[in-house]
Parts: sequence; structure tokens; C-alpha cells
Amino acid sequence: MKDLKSQASKNTTPGKGGLTPEIQSRIGHQLRAMYDDVVRQGVPDRFAELIKKLDAPGATPQVENDGGTNDNHGRD
Amino acid sequence: MPLTESLRDDILAAVPSLRAFAISLSGNADRADDLVQETLLRALANIDSFQPGSNLPAWLFTILRNLFRSDYRKRRREVEDAEGNYAKTLKTQPSQNAHLEFEEFRAALDKLPQDQREALILVGASGFSYEDAASICGCAVGTIKSRVNRARSKLAALLYVDGAEDFGPDETVRAVIGGSGG
Repeated sequence: MKDLKSQASKNTTPGKGGLTPEIQSRIGHQLRAMYDDVVRQGVPDRFAELIKKLDAPGATPQVENDGGTNDNHGRD
Repeated sequence: MPLTESLRDDILAAVPSLRAFAISLSGNADRADDLVQETLLRALANIDSFQPGSNLPAWLFTILRNLFRSDYRKRRREVEDAEGNYAKTLKTQPSQNAHLEFEEFRAALDKLPQDQREALILVGASGFSYEDAASICGCAVGTIKSRVNRARSKLAALLYVDGAEDFGPDETVRAVIGGSGG
């Protein structure tokens, strides 16, 4: 216990900007906890579908269908 | 470059952190998802301007950040909405104490000036380097560093300074701004 306490008091020495390392790490921890909570939710269907839809044939031209029947194909 | 399948997968993979960034910035889950949607549409519409091999997350974050900034100029953030709305987005409800602590943190984050908040989130939560954060925000690396430092100091003052809880949030931030602004 004594060891912990002396360690803790070391950690309360103000660092840059008057912040103790302890407070710095507490802020960092809370910030990441808040952020990671959302990250862990993954990709909502809404966005997966959006990206899929935009990538579907018709939205972006696909060249590799059966080849040759496209007017554009023989251009070069 | 064209929208290849692997590029599409990379964009999809960036969605969770884009949402986290948007929610951290705006404090409002619904608005955050609108921002992400708009970001994706812009990114896909302008995919030709993406340089292959460059940092895709940084490119997407830049789009989202700029959208948020232009949106912000049009309408003020609904600060009072932030608390309740954000809590609803959490899948697992934290314990009562942790939840309170979380709400306090969220409220303090919302009190930061926008420049400082975005710098702190990009470096402290998204894990971007100072250099990437500077390019996302369109400013110098040194500017990002000082914004992050100021953000940390301000949060510490709001959250951990003795007696800060005796004030309402607005009085606290006024005291902090007044105290450090002279």
C-alpha cells in the first residue's frame, strides 16, 4: 500500500501544461472509451447498403459482362 | 482512381471510426449518421480525386470534418440535446457510476472550442499522427500540438479541478475561459 501511495504521488507531479500524468491518462482513457464504444458498433446496415447500392452494376459501368456486345467495346 | 472492390471494402472498413469521429464532434447520434452518409456520398462521387496509396481514412476524415464545419456555420449545435441522444447510441449501458462519469466527460468535451475538440479527438482517440491530423484540419503540425495540449488542460480543469462540480457546466466553462483567457 505504501508503495502504491508513493507511486501515486509521483504521478501527481504536474507535467506539461500543468497536467499530472495521472489526469492526462485519465482523459485519454475516457476519450478512447467514448470513441471505441461507437467503433465497436460496426457498420450499420444503412451504410453497408448505401455502398453496395452505389457499387451495383448500372451505378458504375461494368466491362466484364460477356464481352464484345457493348458499343463502346470496339472503340480502340 | 476508380471504385474497385478493394477500395470499396476499405471505405466500408472506415465507417465505424467515421461514425465515432462524427458522434464525438457533434454530440448527436442522428446528426452524426447524416454526416457519415453525406461523407460517403461525397467520397464516392469524388473517388477519382483520391490518390491511390495515400491515406484513405485521412481523406475520408477530411471530408467529414469539412462537412461538419460548414454545417456548423449554418446552424448552432444543440448542446442540450447531446446528453440524452448520445446515450441512446450505446449498445451496452454502462453501470450507473460509469454512466455519470461518461456524461460528465461528454459534457466537458462539448464545452471545448471546436478547433481543440477536433484536434484532441483525431490525435487522442482516432489515433492519427500529429502530421495526419494537421493535414485533416488544414493547419500546421505545431498548431495541432498546441490545440491538443490546450484541450487536455481545459478538460482537466472542467473535470478534475476541486470544486468544479459545484458549478453548473456553463458556470464552470465561463470560469475556466475567464481564468485562462486573461
